This record gives sequence, structure tokens and C-alpha cells, in this order.
Amino acid sequence: MKTGTLILTVAAQMLVPLQILFSLFLLLRGHDEPGGGFIAGLVVAGAFALHQFVNGPEATRRLLRVDPRDCIGIGLLLGVGSAFPAWWQGEAFLTAQWWDVLGFKLSTPLIFDIGVYLVVLGSVLTAVITLTEVDKDEA
Amino acid sequence: MEPIMAVVIGVIYASAIYMMLRRSIVKLVIGLILISNAANLLIFTVAGMTRDAPPLIPMNGDPLGDVVADPLPQALVLTAIVIAFGVLSFAVVLIRRAYQIVRVDDLDQMKDTDT
Amino acid sequence: MSPEVALPILIPLTAGALSMAFWRSRMMQRLIGVAGTAALLATSLWLFASVQEQGHVIMNAGGWAAPFGITLVADHLSAIMVLLTGIIGFAVAVYSLPTIGRGHETFGYYPLLHLLLAGVAGAFLTGDIFNLYVWFEVMLLASFALLILGGERAQMEGAIKYVTLNLLSSVIFLSAIGLLYGLVGTLNMADIARRVALVEDNTLIDIVAVMFMISFGIKAAAFPLFFWLPAAYHTPPVAVSALFAGLLTKVGVYALFRVFTLIFNQSVDFTHEILLWGAALTMLTGVLGAAAQFEFRRILSFHIVSQIGYMLMGLALFTPLALVGGVFYILHHIIVKTNLFLISGIVYRLKGTHDLKKLGGVYKAWPLLGVLFLIPALSLAGVPPLSGFFAKFVLIRASIEAGEITITVIALLVGLLTLYSMTKIWAEVFWKKAPDEDSAAKRVAPVSQRHLWLMILPIVGLAACTVFIGLNGQLLYDVAEASAAQLLDPQGYIDAVLGEQP
Repeated sequence: MKTGTLILTVAAQMLVPLQILFSLFLLLRGHDEPGGGFIAGLVVAGAFALHQFVNGPEATRRLLRVDPRDCIGIGLLLGVGSAFPAWWQGEAFLTAQWWDVLGFKLSTPLIFDIGVYLVVLGSVLTAVITLTEVDKDEA
Repeated sequence: MEPIMAVVIGVIYASAIYMMLRRSIVKLVIGLILISNAANLLIFTVAGMTRDAPPLIPMNGDPLGDVVADPLPQALVLTAIVIAFGVLSFAVVLIRRAYQIVRVDDLDQMKDTDT
Repeated sequence: MSPEVALPILIPLTAGALSMAFWRSRMMQRLIGVAGTAALLATSLWLFASVQEQGHVIMNAGGWAAPFGITLVADHLSAIMVLLTGIIGFAVAVYSLPTIGRGHETFGYYPLLHLLLAGVAGAFLTGDIFNLYVWFEVMLLASFALLILGGERAQMEGAIKYVTLNLLSSVIFLSAIGLLYGLVGTLNMADIARRVALVEDNTLIDIVAVMFMISFGIKAAAFPLFFWLPAAYHTPPVAVSALFAGLLTKVGVYALFRVFTLIFNQSVDFTHEILLWGAALTMLTGVLGAAAQFEFRRILSFHIVSQIGYMLMGLALFTPLALVGGVFYILHHIIVKTNLFLISGIVYRLKGTHDLKKLGGVYKAWPLLGVLFLIPALSLAGVPPLSGFFAKFVLIRASIEAGEITITVIALLVGLLTLYSMTKIWAEVFWKKAPDEDSAAKRVAPVSQRHLWLMILPIVGLAACTVFIGLNGQLLYDVAEASAAQLLDPQGYIDAVLGEQP
């Protein structure tokens, strides 16, 4: 079901990939500079919401491949899980742990941010998709 | 700057409460949105407004100047905004559902659970 | 490093995340529901034990030292409250197995339940005033969603009042935090307590104190802003009502106890006098509201309001004995109130209505249920030797010793009227003959024995707690006394959090 106008459709084709890339950029630079999981999650949710306005909720579900509710679940698990590695080291919960994996610096704050990213994406999309699907039922 | 902000905050609180006292549920939600923004502005102003100096240490490691903004109120406001976003989006969904079920936009008609 | 302070928050959060991740499988959600709350109960026992041993258990989250980071602090009062959260959470999770329908489960009943418990435990354990706000909001968001599960008309109408009043209270709380931060420049409660004493202008502190009082008063359903509670609490599924009745308002009461002993102990004459009158009016309006009702859960809801008055009375009198009474009352009330709501759920399941006029004859058909109702009901009214008697006794004795005759008279009168309400329920629901038996009996689907036992099991457990508190009054009195002693010694709390000051 296509709902968008021509201008919106063309614009969305270019904007959606850009927004997704930009959200990843925001997510990864967020540790030292402005950015982070929450704002990146909002940007990517904006991308999918735009895609949904143009192509309808069915197409967005196909594009996303996973159910938004799974995003919330996995994101929550990552977020809560990042509190625990510090316990294993005998430090207070949530103390940042850093590991060196093949030259990349991996850390628990990063895991936490990815968790937040997924939760925001999942919850915004659940709300938006539910609201549009309800509207369709009524029409 | 502070006196202007004080007046602005007062006006926002007043209009928010006025909106919340109306009978329409849509106006109720507008009131709730306004009042949470007023609270955020209040924190921001009360904690002291400092111009020009963000509390960030630059990459080259120069120490901070004498006067920098307090980063904590900004963190508080940010958290409060996120929470308000969550709660208010819930309130909007709630009011939509309530309207679908009750079919009125008038709080005076929603008296089934009183008495 | 003491993990037991953080685990009561992290376990429900993990359980919530897990049951969210397994949202497709009802079986897994139910399993995680019971296992998660059982684990919460176990860690809360652990926390309780280590607080008995050490006095204060403290953890600085993320390794950031106090007062800069968020500190989790457990003293006696917090440990008791978390333990009660564990007990109620577990009882409600078991009770939910047979009573929560498929529709509610697929709409996320269990993740919300865990989130609510995490919010409640977080509010009890945090030592940071802004973090307290965050946990309040976590709890409120979960409770909003639980309140409208099912989406009936009454639920929507109740929820609008609940959401509006609670959002308003949150905004007042947030504004008060902002003003307090402007005055003292810190958020750690121990640090605030230390610096409030140094502020010269006491009027400003008093204004902030009253803002906190209004905000927590709304959450605790104290007079005059209590009306959201009876409008909302009788609408959701019984398991949800029971959870709310036991825990939510008590978080507001806990916050009042914490803030008005630790931080705002400057002008007791002013603030605690207001609290005292608030407590008296809360008791009276609650019990009179209940007397006018003829619906099972509404009577119980109004009684929550009147009982909140007793707890506030303990805080307002502000003597050691009165605080003991207040803490004891909270302890007894949480268990009893939840239990009464759970019983109302069984009656509903058996008879298909909450209306007292249409009920009747329950004792004749199910005598065990009648006995199980009498234990918490008589305890609520304060009949010895059950838990409520000791709670009321200590409070009334404290009020006589403090020379506040008016509040003594009101408290005794309200006790009498509570007995009247409980007798009314007993007579109408259990004792009188059921009106037109056959028409009512036909409409209700029969309940399988297994389901009935799963519903009765938590009630028996909670009733056993009530009897245990009644028979071992001294043991619980000692615990309440220890927490009251800590509440009256803010310096001990400050030293424990910030380290000994020179």
C-alpha cells in the first residue's frame, strides 16, 4: 500500500539510508562527544517512521526484518547486562570495563548505548506502527 | 536574564494550569506538556545560567577556565525531558484510547468511577 | 562492594528484559515471572540480613564516589521495605498465574510487573534525590500501563485521573528538586542534609519542604489530593490492584519518611504540624468514604487512604515511639491490604460480582475463605493479637505521650469505623444469604481446583505473615525500633554515606 506523494517518495529513498548511517555515526561518537544511544535511536526511529509514511507499515516491518518488540527485549537485555561485568571484576555495578578486541576498544558503556539505541528504536516504532494500524482499522 | 526567565516560567506554569483546568481532555494534555517544560526551564534557571564556557575539557588537554557552566542541571534537564517524552507519549496514547472507548472529549462526562 | 544493595533493582530489570525478549512464549513469561520474583525475595532477605549486621549497606554505582555519583543506600527502613516488596511481588506473581488472562499476558503484563517492582525497589534504595525522581517515573510508567491493560471504560476514566494527578505530583517534585539544587548545589541526599543546615534563609527551605510534602502527599494519597486512588484502584485486574494497593502509595509514604527525617528536620513545628493535620483529615475522609461505599474493592481502596493517615501520623508526631509505630504500621499494612485485595479477587471469581448487595453466602459455601478473610480484616481494624493491634497500640500510645489528644481521639474513632467497614463486608459477602442464588451462580464459569489452590496459596502465605507478626510482635517491634532510631539520627546516615567528616 503506497501512501506517499511523489516528492515524499523520492526524498525518502535518499533520506532513509542517510538517516540510518547518521544514527550509527551518532551512536559511535557518543562516548566522548555529543551523541549517544538515545539520540541515535531517535534518529533511526525517525528514518523508519519516514519509510512507513511512504510505504505503509507492512513494508516497514519487512524492511526491519525483526519485530520492534524484539528490539526492545534485546536492547533491555544488553542494557541491563552491561551492569554485570563489573561485578565479576569485584567492582561496583555499572563500573566501566574496557577490553581490547583485535585493536578495537570495546567497553560496557558501548554495550549500554547499543542497548538504549535498540530500546528507543523498538519502542518508538511499536508506538508509531500501532497507531497507524489502528487508524487503518477504523477507516 | 534571570528576571526575564522567572517571568516566562511563571507565565508557562500559569497557562499550563489554566489548560489543565479546562474540560477538554486534549487541553488537559497540552497543559501537561506545558507544565513539564516549565519545570525543566525552572531547573535550568535556578541552577544558574552561565554564558560561553561549556564544561568540556578539549582534546588537547587544556585545563578548564575559572568560570564554566555547571553540567549537572543540564544532565537533569536532559533526563527529565526523556522521562517527560515517555510519559507524555503514553498519555497521548491513553487519551486516544479513552476517546475511542468513551466517545466524548469532556471530562465532566467521565464520572463513572466517582461517587 | 556489596552486591546485595543493587541486586533487588537489577534482578527485576533483568527479569523484565528477559520476559520482554521472550514475549512470544506465555510459558516462558510465567516461568520468569515466578522465578524472577522469587529471586527478588531471596536477595531482599540477603539485604535484610546484611543490614541487620552492618547498619548501613552502601554501594556507589559505577564506582563514582559520593556525593558525585549515584549512591545506593540501604538502612533498616529501606531493607524492610525491599523485603516487603519481595514478599508482595512473589505473592502477586503466583496469584497472577491463574487470574491474568491471555490477552493481558500478550500485552506485556509480566514485563510491566517486573518494571514496576524494579521502580519500587529503586525508590527504596536510592540515596540520590534525582534518582528517586527517576525511579518514581519508572514505577509510574509501569503502573499507567498496567492500569489500562484490558481497556474497559471504567479503566480509562480512572486512568485519566490517575495519570493527571500523578504527573502533576511528579512536576511539583521535579520543580522542588530544581529549587533545592539551586539552594544547596548537590543531589546526594546525605550531602543535601549536611548543607541544608548551613543555608541561612530558613523560609526558602520551608517552601521547598512544603513542595516536597505536596508532591509525596499526592503519591501517598493523603488529604486533600487522594481522590485519584478510589477512582482508579478498583478498575484493573485484581492482581494489579493488589500490587498497587500494597506498594505504590507506600513509596510516597517512604519518601515522606525519608525526606522529613533526613533533610527537612529544621522547623519541625511548622512542617510536621501540617503533616499532623493532613494525617488526621486523611484518616477521617478515607474511613468516611469507605462507609458510604457498597463495592468490595472500593471499600478497600478508601481504606488505603485512611490507613495512610495512620502512617503519616507516626511521622508527624516525630517522637521515637511514634516513628516506631509508623514503621510498624507500614510493615503490617502492606501485607494485610494486598491480602484483602487478593481475597476480593477470589470472591469475584466465585461469584462474578464486586457489588456487596449481590453477594452473599460465601461462608456457607467456602468456610476456609471466610476464615482467611477474617485474619487480615480483623488485623486491619486492630483486633488483638493480630499485627494491626500492635501497630495501632504503639501509635496511640505515642500520641497520648506527645499530648496530642485530638489526634488520639480521631485515630481511635477511625479504628472503630474500620471495624464497622470490615463487619459490613463480612456480613454482606460471607454471612448473609445469597440473593437469588440460581441467577448469579449460572453466569460464572466454574473454577478448576488447581486454579483455586494457586489463588489461595498466596493468601494463606500472607495471612501467615500477619499472624506471625501478631504473635512475634516483639521481634518486629525491635526491627521497627532500629529503623526509627536510624531515622532520628540523620548524622549517622550522613557519616555512613560520605564517610566520617572532620
